[in-house]
Amino acid sequence: MRQLISFSLKRFKNARILEAVDGVDALKKLSGPDKIDLILTDINMPVMDGLKLVSLVRQNAQLKNIPIIIITTEGAEEDRERGLALGANAYISKPIQSSHLIKTISELLAV
Amino acid sequence: MTEERAEKFLELFNKGKEFTEELLRENQRLRYRLATLETEGTAGSNDEVQRLRAEVQVLTEENRRIAQRFKEVEEENKDFANRYIEVEEQNNNLANLYVASYQLHSTLDFREVIQIVQEIVINLIGAESFAILLLDEKTNELKTIASEGEDVMPGIEALSTRLGDGILGSVAKTGESYYINQDLEDGGKVTLDKPLAAVPLKIKEHVIGLVVIYKLLQQKDSFSAVDYELFSLLAAHAATAIFSSKLYSQSERKLNTIQSFLDLLTTTS
Repeated sequence: MRQLISFSLKRFKNARILEAVDGVDALKKLSGPDKIDLILTDINMPVMDGLKLVSLVRQNAQLKNIPIIIITTEGAEEDRERGLALGANAYISKPIQSSHLIKTISELLAV
Repeated sequence: MTEERAEKFLELFNKGKEFTEELLRENQRLRYRLATLETEGTAGSNDEVQRLRAEVQVLTEENRRIAQRFKEVEEENKDFANRYIEVEEQNNNLANLYVASYQLHSTLDFREVIQIVQEIVINLIGAESFAILLLDEKTNELKTIASEGEDVMPGIEALSTRLGDGILGSVAKTGESYYINQDLEDGGKVTLDKPLAAVPLKIKEHVIGLVVIYKLLQQKDSFSAVDYELFSLLAAHAATAIFSSKLYSQSERKLNTIQSFLDLLTTTS
């Protein structure tokens, strides 16, 4: 999935992608020196899932304003509502349509 | 006295007569003037009306022409919008196909290749429950080597069928993909032996295994056009990737054996 997302993000010429293997790794990278403009996360991840990650990011004063997109196989309406209620800005169900992903990112980053 | 009064009366009468005559002249003059003006006015307004009518006609024609052009442009716009959607969809499909083929050939590790096939089936096709079967050419048996969604379709983790037997076996034998017919009497009910789709993994005409799909993700109703493209791509590229990685791991094992043997010979001599 990361390959497809990385490929889709090539549309944004100056985008630099930091990959994380799970929620904990993502939090470490978010606390690092790089300025993050957008978070793309799955829900089903080892160690810490995507929903927990969204919740922790929204509670963090430094990170709380970063837009978050959840990309997941969980397509039920209650899952979507839960993800958005926790603070995700967009919820994309798999299978991934790269054009939809690009459109969502463009809207969130206003580019 | 009477004469004097008569003269005054006559004088007054004459003045009255003059005044009346003057009034009549003025009246005649004004009537003439009015008639002249009326004639001039009618003639002027007729010209103006005609000019305006002609102008209205020209403008109406212009308006009709513009409305027609507007309609044409609107049609063209609709056409462009539809083509834009089509191109975007094509673009999207190509991106998916590119990533899928790129990923499949990015490694020679057998387990990794299988994992990539699984990722493609989940992320790009949108399957919830599926199995990857490989054909054992010695026993002519198809066996599950990887699966996902065992809770939805118990038993897919240990599928085993002989070449030619049932739907799975015949797909492996003929090399023709199978898609369930939803209009069947039983409503196209999916079972272990009758999946939603079974796609052969082929190197040219040689089948090495199958990708069998039992259930799509909740949010996906049916296969889309690009899914069939992905199936074709999987059929060819996944087979090559799986076959190459298997050969590579076998050759690496053999190389290690030979190396160990050579090391042993060197040590003993």
